[in-house]
Amino acid sequence: MSLAAGPPKALNISQRLAVLLGFSGLFILLLATLGVSFPHTAAWLTASLAAIALGVVWFSWSAYAGQSAGIKNDGVWFKSISGRGIWAWGLGILLTGFYIVLYFYPEYLGLVSDGPNRGLVALFDTLSRALSGNPASQWFVYGALYTLAILAFGIKFIWKYRHNRYEILRTVSVMFFQLAFAFLIPEIMARLNGDLPYYDLKNIWPLNYYNFERYRVNGFISAGNIGLAMLIFGVLSILVITPVLTYFYGKRWYCSWVCGCGGLAETAGDPFRHLSDKSLFAWKVERWVIHSVLVFVILMTTAVIYSYLGPDNSKYWLSRGQFLTGVGVLLTAVFAWVMAFRRNELKKDARYGAVAYFVIILGLLAFHWLSDSRHVFLFKSETLRTTYSFLIGSIFSGVIGTGFYPIFGSRVWCRFGCPMAAILGIQQRLFSRFRITTNGGQCISCGNCSAYCEMGIDVRAYAQKGENIVRASCVGCGICSAVCPRGVLKLENGPREGRINSREVLLGNDVDLMQLLNEK
Amino acid sequence: MHIVIIGNGISGITAARFIRKAADHSITVISAETDHFFSRTALMYIYMGHLTYEQTKPYEDSFWKKNRIDLVNAWVESVDPAAKTVRLSEGASIRYDKLILATGSKPNKFGWPGQDLPGVQGLYSKQDLDNLEANAPDNRTCKRAIIVGGGLIGIELAEMLRTRDIPVTFLVRENSFWSGVLPAGESAMINEHIREHHIDLRLGTNLVEILADDTGRARAVTTDKGETIDCDLVGLTAGVTPNIGFLDGSGIETGKGVLVNRFLETNHADIYAIGDCAEQREPIGNRRPVEAVWYTGRMMGEAVAQTICGNRREYKPGHWFNSAKFLDIEYQTYGWVMSGKNRGPRELHFHWRHPEKKICLTLAYDSKTRQLLGANTFGMRMRHEVFDAWLTEQRSIDAVVRDLRVACFDPEFHRDYHPLITRAFKEHEPVNA
Repeated sequence: MSLAAGPPKALNISQRLAVLLGFSGLFILLLATLGVSFPHTAAWLTASLAAIALGVVWFSWSAYAGQSAGIKNDGVWFKSISGRGIWAWGLGILLTGFYIVLYFYPEYLGLVSDGPNRGLVALFDTLSRALSGNPASQWFVYGALYTLAILAFGIKFIWKYRHNRYEILRTVSVMFFQLAFAFLIPEIMARLNGDLPYYDLKNIWPLNYYNFERYRVNGFISAGNIGLAMLIFGVLSILVITPVLTYFYGKRWYCSWVCGCGGLAETAGDPFRHLSDKSLFAWKVERWVIHSVLVFVILMTTAVIYSYLGPDNSKYWLSRGQFLTGVGVLLTAVFAWVMAFRRNELKKDARYGAVAYFVIILGLLAFHWLSDSRHVFLFKSETLRTTYSFLIGSIFSGVIGTGFYPIFGSRVWCRFGCPMAAILGIQQRLFSRFRITTNGGQCISCGNCSAYCEMGIDVRAYAQKGENIVRASCVGCGICSAVCPRGVLKLENGPREGRINSREVLLGNDVDLMQLLNEK
Repeated sequence: MHIVIIGNGISGITAARFIRKAADHSITVISAETDHFFSRTALMYIYMGHLTYEQTKPYEDSFWKKNRIDLVNAWVESVDPAAKTVRLSEGASIRYDKLILATGSKPNKFGWPGQDLPGVQGLYSKQDLDNLEANAPDNRTCKRAIIVGGGLIGIELAEMLRTRDIPVTFLVRENSFWSGVLPAGESAMINEHIREHHIDLRLGTNLVEILADDTGRARAVTTDKGETIDCDLVGLTAGVTPNIGFLDGSGIETGKGVLVNRFLETNHADIYAIGDCAEQREPIGNRRPVEAVWYTGRMMGEAVAQTICGNRREYKPGHWFNSAKFLDIEYQTYGWVMSGKNRGPRELHFHWRHPEKKICLTLAYDSKTRQLLGANTFGMRMRHEVFDAWLTEQRSIDAVVRDLRVACFDPEFHRDYHPLITRAFKEHEPVNA
């Protein structure tokens, strides 16, 4: 029974059996965590992962295959798990606890730094050795389970939205990028070339804020041409690849087609998408928090790179002075361009915010440039890095971002915290061809689009006015368009002219437009 | 100036919002249905568990205070045009300078025996939904539901009940679903789709009587086929009529609804009527005098707001359009595609249906000029703006079929049926049955 109001949604027998199978797989993992040591770990691990995967797929088949294709959000609010009932709170606490242990107490999972692993981590050793030749770490365990979740729930997602090819292709894409780029390729690369740092090629700075730390840069450089190519790719992906793709397709090419965080949110997080907060207040908080994280990550990365550069460019290609000047010039150029050509696209508070942040960053750069202290921006760069890594990298993206799926919805991290989403969002808002168009006067304000927007955008507010939606936060998942019962919304890439259109009168009412203009 | 609006549906609220945009008048909205405006069209999604009631409200509760729109939760008992007051059922009176009637509709009842029994209800208001939650919370309390009336609300109610696994018998007077509006091919496809969803569709069947049990609740219905069907719920969804009973004796002229001219003015200066409850004295094109449609309510709200704010504007709806969803099939219509007897002698139809899927298209055109008259689409989305422009420029059916891709509004990567449609068009025999 649900704690939420409304009738319970009962499971049928086939669904119950599927749940049993899935949980039996989880039970093996739990036993391992509690210290039971299994013989033939490979067999037990395979059995466990297979049971979980089959359980999810069986459940999905039972839930969707017998029904005709179409949106079936029946009873979402009545189910305890998706309606903030007792199961939702339980799962939230369980996931949050798992993240805390994973990040801060990996020894409880069986990680042993100077000796053979125990418990859960040991269960994954065989698989890890097969891929990279190394014993498993807690991150390997996490990566394997994460990939399993995206693959299994990806199949569920595809079943649910099988009438919509955009959703199918997008989900196949995130499943592929998670399995190949995030999981298999880095492990295999580590096996082929032991000197290379572990590199998920689709993870772009600032999402992987550690990419330009000294140990990684040294690793890239010492690994010869391949390493150097990867370092150059890392820089190009921020400065060239990302803006070009975002210009053509909006930020969705990344956030809902490639990114692993997005991948988990779209697949395993799909049953929770309606829980995101759509209030104006949440929108205000979102804009300040996410852009503050972006500023923080820029400062932190600058400080970290600065701290290992020398006064001259003998060791790396840059000296401290050249680097700081370069950062200042780049930021000034971007800021000047926005203010010169795009200021009218920003609302007043966004302009104030941009100016304030710009002044703060330049002030800190100038302060540092003039004082030439050993500390960076008054703090030790290491302090900045660990603070970011703790607050943003662990607490925000992991513990809150994923642990609280069942309470706050699936994209809390993407919406409020991800600096990559912030950069892509600014690009999307200011110079992309992407927008969601609305279909004349057909909107009936039912609210399905807003409810099922995982990013908390009040889509209906635009649709009922017949306005295109060009919000920075939109990740282009396409669900608003899918759930619309009147076919009012469509994701489109098109010319930039007329992208933001605010009609005075919706289509359907025949008014003399010239007369209307003259009256104004 | 004090403007009083009776009814907080889409018409009344649109009027209030546009008056606020244009002027500083004080605005009072009276409704006993709910405290705040919600989207009536989304009521079904609350019962189905897709949305909460809160999510059906297009504006946050703080919106009304911020925009200085006063909300009064009360029933209006009568209107006195001479004293310019409305009387509330609690006894209080409110004076107005301008009055807008936007009271919407109520479900039709055609004098069936037993139509007022407990367990018999329509589906229009928030209260109807609350009743449904009490009458049919699950399939143990409600072992079978009977739905009477083969239109849009009927099929929505059937879909709602099916999400709670309640068996549904759907009595439709016509020989095919919504055949007064849909051409035969489309109507036939929807019949199939209804049955696919395990709804017991009885075509050509009329309700005769609703029978009561010992406690006075509805327990069964009898049909004109001589059957008695046990049930715990009877849904009456045979259309709606204007909700204007409280105007009796006020001197405001009414027919089926409140009679208005093209400026939405009633026979009394300073009293206007909009939305479902208004009836046009002069018909507008092919439109019915009373149009219980979401969009037209919104358009009337816009128009009357302009008039009241000193910019007298005619209600001038453009080309007809509408949309709906039949279980899993989306439906859109632009212009006029007439069914059965309504079809003029020169109206021809090109009808295409996908060989396997529940997707079809009907284009109506003039047999002499080949001008496009209207389009119905099922399972595919069309761009409103494009069809609106095509109807205005009186484009030929040949050019419409040729450029159909331009009008496509389906999501990216959808299957393109255009080649199939083009081929079918070349081979088609004009249908004018």
